Amino acid sequence: MKRKVVLCLAALAVIVGAAALGVTGWMVFQPGPYAFATGKPVPLSAYQGPAPTGVPVELAGADPAMRGAYVAAMADCQACHTAPGGKPFAGGRAFVLPFGTIYTPNLTPDPETGIGNWTDAQFLNAVHRGVAPDGSHYYPAFPYPSYTMLSDEDVLAIKAHLFSLLPVKQANRPNTFGFPYNQRWLMAIWSALFNPDERFRPVPEQSPEWNRGAYLVEAAGHCGECHTPRNLMQALDQRAKFGGATAEGWTAYNISADKVSGIGDWSAEELAAYLSTGHAHGRGVASGPMGEAVELSLSQLTKADIGAIVTYLKSVPAVKGDLPALAGPAPATPQLAGLDNPVGKRIFEGNCASCHAWTGAGAAREEAQLTGVRAVNDPGGANVALMVLHGSGAPTPHRPHMPGFGNAYSNDEIAAVTNYVTARFGARSSTLTAADIAALREAN
Amino acid sequence: MSAISVNGRTYEINAAPDTPLLWVLRDELGLTGTKFGCGVAQCGVCTVHVDGIAVRSCQIPVGTVGQRVITTIEGIGETSAGARIQKAWLDLEVVQCGYCQPGQIMSAAALLTANPDPDDGAIDAAMSGNLCRCGTYVRIRQGIKHAARS
Amino acid sequence: MPRDPEVLEPGTLSRRAVLRGGAAVLGGLFIGIELPAGRARADELQAAGAALNAFVHIPVQGRVSLIMPAVEMGQGVYTSQAMCMAEELDVGLDQIEAIHAPADREHYGHPIFYVQATGGSTTTMAWTEPLRKAGATARAMLVAAAAAEWNVPASDLVTTRGVITHPGSGRSLRYGDVTDRAAQMVPPADVPLKSPEQFQLIGTRARRIDTPDKVVGKTVYGIDVRLPGMKFAALTASPVLGGKVSHVDEAPALAMPGVRQVVVLEDIVAVVADNTWIAEQGLRALDITWSPGANATLDQAQLWADTEKASTGPGVTVRKEGDATGKFTAGTPIEATYELPFLAHTSLETQNCTVHVHDGVCEIWVGTQVPGYAQAGAAQVLGLPPEKVTVHNHLIGGGFGGRLEAAPIVTATRIAQKVAGPVKVIWSREQDIRQDMFRPLYHNRLKARVENGRVTAWHHRVTGPSILARWLPPAFKDGIDSDAIDGAAEPPYALGDMLVEYVRHENGVPFSFWRGVGPNSTVFSVESFLDLIAHRTAADPVALRRVLLGKNPRARAVLDAAAAKAGWGTPLAASPFGARRGRGVALMHAFGSLLACVAEVAVTDGGDVRVNRVVVATDVGRVINPDTVVAQVQGGVVFGIATVLHNRITFAGGRVEQTNFNDYRLLRINEMPTIEVELLASTEKSGGIGEPGTVVVQPAVANAVFAATGVQLTRMPLDASLIARSV
Ligand code: FES
Ligand code: FES
Repeated sequence: MKRKVVLCLAALAVIVGAAALGVTGWMVFQPGPYAFATGKPVPLSAYQGPAPTGVPVELAGADPAMRGAYVAAMADCQACHTAPGGKPFAGGRAFVLPFGTIYTPNLTPDPETGIGNWTDAQFLNAVHRGVAPDGSHYYPAFPYPSYTMLSDEDVLAIKAHLFSLLPVKQANRPNTFGFPYNQRWLMAIWSALFNPDERFRPVPEQSPEWNRGAYLVEAAGHCGECHTPRNLMQALDQRAKFGGATAEGWTAYNISADKVSGIGDWSAEELAAYLSTGHAHGRGVASGPMGEAVELSLSQLTKADIGAIVTYLKSVPAVKGDLPALAGPAPATPQLAGLDNPVGKRIFEGNCASCHAWTGAGAAREEAQLTGVRAVNDPGGANVALMVLHGSGAPTPHRPHMPGFGNAYSNDEIAAVTNYVTARFGARSSTLTAADIAALREAN
Repeated sequence: MSAISVNGRTYEINAAPDTPLLWVLRDELGLTGTKFGCGVAQCGVCTVHVDGIAVRSCQIPVGTVGQRVITTIEGIGETSAGARIQKAWLDLEVVQCGYCQPGQIMSAAALLTANPDPDDGAIDAAMSGNLCRCGTYVRIRQGIKHAARS
Repeated sequence: MPRDPEVLEPGTLSRRAVLRGGAAVLGGLFIGIELPAGRARADELQAAGAALNAFVHIPVQGRVSLIMPAVEMGQGVYTSQAMCMAEELDVGLDQIEAIHAPADREHYGHPIFYVQATGGSTTTMAWTEPLRKAGATARAMLVAAAAAEWNVPASDLVTTRGVITHPGSGRSLRYGDVTDRAAQMVPPADVPLKSPEQFQLIGTRARRIDTPDKVVGKTVYGIDVRLPGMKFAALTASPVLGGKVSHVDEAPALAMPGVRQVVVLEDIVAVVADNTWIAEQGLRALDITWSPGANATLDQAQLWADTEKASTGPGVTVRKEGDATGKFTAGTPIEATYELPFLAHTSLETQNCTVHVHDGVCEIWVGTQVPGYAQAGAAQVLGLPPEKVTVHNHLIGGGFGGRLEAAPIVTATRIAQKVAGPVKVIWSREQDIRQDMFRPLYHNRLKARVENGRVTAWHHRVTGPSILARWLPPAFKDGIDSDAIDGAAEPPYALGDMLVEYVRHENGVPFSFWRGVGPNSTVFSVESFLDLIAHRTAADPVALRRVLLGKNPRARAVLDAAAAKAGWGTPLAASPFGARRGRGVALMHAFGSLLACVAEVAVTDGGDVRVNRVVVATDVGRVINPDTVVAQVQGGVVFGIATVLHNRITFAGGRVEQTNFNDYRLLRINEMPTIEVELLASTEKSGGIGEPGTVVVQPAVANAVFAATGVQLTRMPLDASLIARSV
């Protein structure tokens, strides 16, 4: 699929300068999100198979409220539009970006502070084109280049769901971007370059399941927004699709078919378990933003929809990464030659071993397994460190809970225990320093 | 309805499978020697043995216990290591308020079973998950060494 | 200088207590305690037999029951109280059974506090004499009964292990044989007590009487109570301090199997269920809207700043000798401030209370340091006369001051009032911390003039709330909280012209007693300040203290003992825990005891502190059980190290920021220093030992960090970022 792009040379010059035209072109003219698939996409209306959009067949007869809630869960609006400890969908969650902090807006139907006065057209314009009712452009932290693929019907189902919520009066917080990033008109150019403003186009040559999966992954779930690296212009680099990136300090791992860095050697069952429950045996637990995606979105989806997602993910071509292969089991004895990290050991044996065990296999429950887990086998160490800092979030009844230690342990200590855990249970030790931990605290 | 084996006895369990073993022991079975202190695996007062391994019962869903054998402070005196630890605890007057001590004793007994002659490093590795607010650590360390010699 | 004994107003603080030195209610010494008249309450005792007084019940068969006025929470007082009674009664510790005293101020009111309470390291000071008298009087009555039975002079009889023998005739009988007859006797007044040479128990390392049950999991703490038909409740208060419930959607909780009831009070929501776990899950499922109220903007920086500001405002003079202020204007004084944070108690047994309200009565099962306040508090909630409320006290899984308030018992009663049948209310750790009444935030402002190595003028201003004004109003006199200034008013040193002031400042955060009480703040500040003076005047910290202790040989002996044992002045060994190393000293005189402490630390480049070794020398006066004294010092030191290194409660947006042991950090066994305790032989009056170890180790560690880094931190706990080595 070719992107439909309106080129504005003058504006381009403002952003990168004429000398970089070649590079810019490379960034702008790139394949669509599922151009890798064999076949010729057609407009939805021309597609003969079962509808890849909307709710799954099981819910086709459900009442509109339930269907709206399902589509809203598919698109996972809640995670970003809820502040920690705040009311759902009332916004206020901070995203720390390189150029400042942005706060998500209130999506509840409060007429003053929320979207209570929005028309359908305004809502569609926002979700598909990133344009606010006042004509200003949203920053692409709001994933409208993905949401633009949602059908009108689904977007309006989300709106109906939002309008069924209790209004919460909570004013939106302005972002803290400095010049030039506070120039919202630049976003119009960005949007013109990187938002094709085109609904999902199924690929008839692929299975109906694949098409449903593509819609869930690309349009609603917007997985690539975290898992696909960005280019210099902050657009997704589809040539390295799902090759891994960073989100709020967390590493969003390679989810391409690469066998070492990616999920190429995950079975379909493992993937399905991980997506729907946040845990697959021996694969670790979804944490950080992925944990939220599971809790608020993926765990709400039907088995068939999860299966569709797995089918689609398995079709994404491998992107080579530089992560090491997963290490095997760790020894049971606390003593381990070559681990000259007394502080890390001290914290591990005091705070961690109770659940994770000296073998790293998990003491009380399998979710606590450390060996074989990608984050532990990542010498970057960021996800392990963030897990130690923040834990697994607010406790929920059916998932195990890990508390965070950031409030009472120093940067040195967090770095030490991260390095200890990656060295003992992973492929290679991370080498985080106190300064790295300070930076992670900033980012998240 | 399922059954678990605690201290050599089989108990029918009515609690939901995701109920932590701790609350089944305390509230359903009346085995209150196992204590609650944090619920997040940071204090160790809920320590029991599952197949001889010391684990935090606040973290184990009772539904995952299955056929595995559970031993609590009420039953640990029947094992050699447990009896020696309990005696050492009395000989050295380890105990103050005593609230953490069932957990300490369970961790220490598991250590002694696995390692008959633990050095300081091994004691740290096995005992650091058990908090004692009264601060009896000096004597816990001595007690384990005393029991190892007995 | 000792002042004249001061008799507090009859019927207010205590009719029985005579305090020395108006400053120290908690640490004061006293004389002239009477044995309360009356007999032990029969409802606590089942066996046939007789109560000879409020503390001793001799059954016809079996173990002697000794009624414990002070509650056991780990500090060893069941054993020491029993030792006092058994010593004079001539029974073995294996022949007795300890019974919790009921709520009954008349008989079990504290000789110093008047109210029924255990705390302030006062049990040994307050109860040794009355309990010895109780034992001796009971013994005299038993002997008199035997003498009457045999028609021989009482002075011919000897007693040992509960048996009375007439050596002349070889006859003997057991106490139980004459208990009924003894009970008819008029209790003799002024029975002579044994002289120390006659002691067989007091002063020995007697085995603790409470531990055999504890090591097999048989001890029933409050949290272990089980009653037929009992339900379990979990509760939550507003995340913002003092917030009120504005709306609760109960449906999601009530829909859960096993949830029985949702109880909504003005400030508390509780879920009653078939077990504790279901209750917790039900609580989580509830959608509660709180109205945060006035504290929504309460912030830690503001709390510090407000206290700092108050510390420069008007205060009350506690002690004034000479003209310190004048001396400061004549020379350049050294000045410093020391600030101590809010702290939580975090006993491992979380707050809990089982209550059954039925048929116009209320029964309470709880471990409490204040059974009388518990009874009164519940009675007030229910509009019942206090005698309709029965408090069944229990051993406590760690007190540290956290069981000195009736508030949790009142909360549980308010919940139970709405529940049919008995209900056990358990605080989760998160709620135990959130709803705690914290060690207050204190500010200490010190100023000294130093001339020729001596301090010639001293000004200490203590700013903080008054716990006593609320908890024991008669003890709050002339605007002075004698606890808050304990340790500041009468430091062991000669400091020249003295001005000690107290500024009462309260900030809306609930506060209460906490292990170490007032001296935690005052001794920390005095001892830190002395090291600052030593640093500024290039003096050795021990040498400076020795000079200032010139007129106090008892204190100097303790200091010298600690310094010698620690090898003060010798080079420190390398430590794997940090390149920067230091040794620090501190001395204290409070709770009637003297302690000196030397701590050795290592500090990493990042500023993390490891305490490697702690040496404590102590003179606690006459000792009941030396092993308990050593255990209390060891435990107190561990408590104090966690405090100075890690502990703080902070507020943001009115919310307590700490939740559980992941962010309220206690010391673990792998962070332990070696602890060496030297108990100096002493014939002085017995002092208290539950708290001093906690008090004295904190400044010793802070001073060691000062020595290691050259930076004196003045706001606790130690902040690694401020002592990180700048690279
Ligand atoms: S209650 Fe299980 S570790 Fe604390
Ligand atoms: S003995 Fe009290 S907590 Fe360990």
